[in-house]
Amino acid sequence: MERVHRGLSDGGAGGTVLLQPSAVPATTGAGARLRRLTSRAAAPYWQAAPLALVFAFFFVLPLVVTVVVSLWRYNEYSITPALVGDNYASVFSGCLAELPSLCLTFKTYLSTLKFCLLAWALTLLLGLTVAYFLAFHVRSLTGQMALFLVCTIPFWTSNVIRMISWVPLLGRNGLVNSFLISAGLTREPFTWLLFSNFSVVLAFVHLYTMFMIVPIFNSMSRIDRALLEAARDAGASGWQALWNVVVPLSKPGIVIGSIFVVTMVMGDYVTIGVMGGQQIASVGKVIQVQLSYLQFPLAAANAVVLLAVVLMVIAAMTRLVDVRKEL
Amino acid sequence: MADTTKKTSTVSRRDVLKGAAAVSATALLGAPAIISAQPVTLRYLGTAVNQSKEIAQKVKADLGIVIEYVPVTTDDVSKRIITQPASFDIADAEYFQLRKLIPSGNLIGMDASRIKYADKITPIFTRGELAGKKIGDQGTAPKKVFYLESKSSTKFSASPTQWITLIPTVYNADTLGIRPDLIKRPIGSWAELLNAEFKGKSSILNIPSIGIMDAAMVVESMGVHRYQDKGNMTKAEIDLTTKALIEAKKAGQFRAFWKDFNESVNLMASGEVVIQSMWSPAVTKVRSMGVPCIYQPLKEGYRAWAAGFGLPKTLSGKKLDAAYDFINWFLSGWAGAFLNRQGYYSAVLDTAKAQMEPYEWAYWMEGKPAEKDIKAPDGTALEKAGAVRDGGSFEARMGAVACWNAVMDENDYMVRKWNEFIAA
Repeated sequence: MERVHRGLSDGGAGGTVLLQPSAVPATTGAGARLRRLTSRAAAPYWQAAPLALVFAFFFVLPLVVTVVVSLWRYNEYSITPALVGDNYASVFSGCLAELPSLCLTFKTYLSTLKFCLLAWALTLLLGLTVAYFLAFHVRSLTGQMALFLVCTIPFWTSNVIRMISWVPLLGRNGLVNSFLISAGLTREPFTWLLFSNFSVVLAFVHLYTMFMIVPIFNSMSRIDRALLEAARDAGASGWQALWNVVVPLSKPGIVIGSIFVVTMVMGDYVTIGVMGGQQIASVGKVIQVQLSYLQFPLAAANAVVLLAVVLMVIAAMTRLVDVRKEL
Repeated sequence: MADTTKKTSTVSRRDVLKGAAAVSATALLGAPAIISAQPVTLRYLGTAVNQSKEIAQKVKADLGIVIEYVPVTTDDVSKRIITQPASFDIADAEYFQLRKLIPSGNLIGMDASRIKYADKITPIFTRGELAGKKIGDQGTAPKKVFYLESKSSTKFSASPTQWITLIPTVYNADTLGIRPDLIKRPIGSWAELLNAEFKGKSSILNIPSIGIMDAAMVVESMGVHRYQDKGNMTKAEIDLTTKALIEAKKAGQFRAFWKDFNESVNLMASGEVVIQSMWSPAVTKVRSMGVPCIYQPLKEGYRAWAAGFGLPKTLSGKKLDAAYDFINWFLSGWAGAFLNRQGYYSAVLDTAKAQMEPYEWAYWMEGKPAEKDIKAPDGTALEKAGAVRDGGSFEARMGAVACWNAVMDENDYMVRKWNEFIAA
């Protein structure tokens, strides 16, 4: 700030600069630059600066480092600066040679994308339903708050405990199987209930539906009720009003919720690990194993590839809806 | 062993302050000549396995040294030593990790002349033998990485020198754990892990370097292939081992894999799995839950591991002296007895024996039936009178070691193939 003030007095025309920024002639030299810095037009930049700096330090910088390290060489105990594509070659090794069967990386991404799609579709369906109910059928604010709190109950314990508690429920000797056997519905316990694709998707839906509900509810609660009345007056059925009025107006919430769910599932390895009995590969797990074997550059290359895939998915989603415009 | 049980530091800041206050008070009263009576604090990096509160308390009482535990996973011990060598004062690492750690130059050789019991350390470490008999040395056997050529050398010495890489803390022999009540027949070979009889009910640990060796024990016992060195496979051997695993996985042999201690306990106690690779304390935990579980000795032998104290090159002055004092104390018996009572083995057996009741020694070390109920150090009952330790005596168990936890030359390739197995 001190420098800025000095700049003002040096420039000699502080008052006019502040009042009429556009009138300042674009002269060269330090004085003019400082004048621009202190002009009213610059104010938003100053206001955004603290957050921008935090992002630069804790997000952009680590990201740049990750990209840089992904081009380095490594051995068991050290990494050396270089500019080689070896790590990327290693990530995709065999991907062409092994066709038509899939290489490790493709197989892993395919499995992760499959979980993404399933988790996204199910959380979207559930999220829409719950949010619709909360926004349109629960009239009182107190009621809405109370039901919202009920939705957060799964988050009252830690992620790991939540996942481990599925074992006594879904296990070979778990509650569900004992019930099915005692009810005479099956003789042998169902083993696909746990440590399977089913249990992984179940856990994802259980964990992430909340992230769908909140933004969709937010969008829905802003919908002008008069529009629904108008739809009804124009002769639309309940379903038509839902499909042609409510869903299009909830799009920003849907997209934001989808971004949450997709990014979380793409990077997850704990849920897939615990619920899949460590038998199902995930990109995050591959990276974690490489990190624990000190293969930092290889892990960095994998992380960059993962980031690229996630960004592509998000870009595709935001193309469908311009979130900024809709907000 | 990679016990990932998280444990908070057992020495709180308050304890440290209390200790400091007590020591400075006595210094002021009794010996005014001592100017600097601040207790030395040692930051002890390691897994939670032997970071017991009792040991820290006893050291403080005996030596006045404050131990500040830094509990991390086995993998993170390596990472810390390589990337942040100034963040600890003493490291408890595993011998197999040394092949990565020593070339980094961050650990120094320990001066044998300052280790009081250096010549009493069991010959398993110094010569790779037990009671005059050679034991299995496949993998990174401790004797291969026990000595350095000089204090700051990054090369191991095949013959004994004055410079020791790690002073052993604990070691043990690992095998398969089984549920005798659900299997209902004797199990005697590693091959049983892939026996179709246990389809959908077996498990292996998902830590590549250890899991692959358990798999190699299985493959060898099935008569598929005889390895030159299970701890240092060729690429072809890695292919063959993972192929066997992938076939078994596709046939639905495995119920799940596990990565940490508690997962293995859960799988076994819930009956999801009836046979799996396991660690000794996990078997004890399952049994203490009232569920029958045996740490089954197998005819092909055990996969062994060993951990020990190493010193970072940055250590000097009072802290270095304190580290040597602590290590000498650790070998002097009390800690050894404490660890032996948990089913581990200690480095200097004579001193530990002196600190154990004869009936305890007979049960844990000689493989004899327990004369009285066997209790853990914290007083919980482990075994009733008359019980015999799984696998028998120290010599029967450690003498039957077939291979040691290892880092292979083809480590990168192995990790890659292991990831393929998980993705299959």
